[in-house]
Amino acid sequence: MEINFEALFLSKIDKEIKIEPKDWMPEKYRQTNIRQISQHAHSEIVGMLPEGAWITRAPSLKRKAILLAKVQDEAGHGLYLYSAAETLNISRDEMTEQLLTGKAKYSSIFNYPSLTWADMGAIGWLVDGAAILNQVMLCRTSYGPYARAMVRICKEESFHQRQGFEILLVLSQGTEEQKAMCQDAINRWWWPSLMMFGPTDSESTNSDQSMKWKIKRKTNDELRQQFVDMAVQQIKVLNMTLPDADLKWNEERKHHDFGAINWDEFWQVVKGNGPCNKERLDARNKAWNDGAWVREAAVAYAEKKKKREQIKVA
Amino acid sequence: MIKKYYYGDYGEIEGGVSSNKSETEFPLWEVFIRSKQGLDHKHVGSLHAADVAMAMENARDVYTRRMEGVSIWVVESKHIHASNPDEAESLYEPATDKIYRHPTFYNLPDEVGHM
Repeated sequence: MEINFEALFLSKIDKEIKIEPKDWMPEKYRQTNIRQISQHAHSEIVGMLPEGAWITRAPSLKRKAILLAKVQDEAGHGLYLYSAAETLNISRDEMTEQLLTGKAKYSSIFNYPSLTWADMGAIGWLVDGAAILNQVMLCRTSYGPYARAMVRICKEESFHQRQGFEILLVLSQGTEEQKAMCQDAINRWWWPSLMMFGPTDSESTNSDQSMKWKIKRKTNDELRQQFVDMAVQQIKVLNMTLPDADLKWNEERKHHDFGAINWDEFWQVVKGNGPCNKERLDARNKAWNDGAWVREAAVAYAEKKKKREQIKVA
Repeated sequence: MIKKYYYGDYGEIEGGVSSNKSETEFPLWEVFIRSKQGLDHKHVGSLHAADVAMAMENARDVYTRRMEGVSIWVVESKHIHASNPDEAESLYEPATDKIYRHPTFYNLPDEVGHM
């Protein structure tokens, strides 16, 4: 009997049965997941750079230890995600190469510089906060290995957002200079954080199919709105302001209206013209090239050991 | 025409997979963790490592940063053989019609009590 693989696949999606690596899947589903999961992994890896820059300059030993732990988490999250992508038949090396040559994208937010210590707070609160909304949704994504990676990531991520908010909270209760630094960081990171959710729904090319296949569960605009509504409440605790004159409660929609996003800036940064695109790629390339001898030595050592064991057995 | 794909989640790569890796890419390992004494080891994910010592250290760093485990197993992915989901129906068929293997199949009077 001929099995209709596509119908079987769609019925699983319909019944909320996860798709697993050895199951049949449409080629486009596989490609979309590879693209999304690897971009997500690259974002975790490149995301270590703006924060890594502050590890040596953290204001206290406590803050330094926390930041180290957070950056180590990002590395771990990248690894979970690379593993998930590899189950779709793409090698780790291939993904690395796509990142290093600029063929693959990563979240544009990391192409902005981290200028002051307050940026560590703003990144934790806003950037990780935006990422968490997306990641919580992805815990229910239809591809099994991706969903499992996201569950693990979400468990660890809330510490990131809380430590960021706490940094801002301490600054917001500090000297006039510290307060100004806090507000300045919020001003600079607010709009790029809103852009993290991607183009508006009418412009988003991959959204429709991804919703049908339950790779995504909410649209870019839905998540963005959720984020704005949340931030409006939380900023009050900081006694700071969000840099948007058009931000106000809309009683009819039961949501906050917000100002127009500068999509021209968004596309400029995506296309490689952001403030740090080149710096980030250079840093990743340098790390990869400088580490080549270590990788080669590890392989040579493993082979030598294997041979010795074979001789012993013989 | 519908094309069939097999992807190696856990080792045993059939039907042509991943040829595009360099010679220096470390082999893939699957990681299993016992979360506490008395429980089974459970698959938690995979990682790349040159040898077993590196696999063990990487597994500790990647999968147990928050005391998630008291024991780690690592096994090279190529040593794991997986069943084929397309053959699931015939593979598990012998179990489906033997409902007398379940305790609820037997109607006993209430007086018997918990059994």
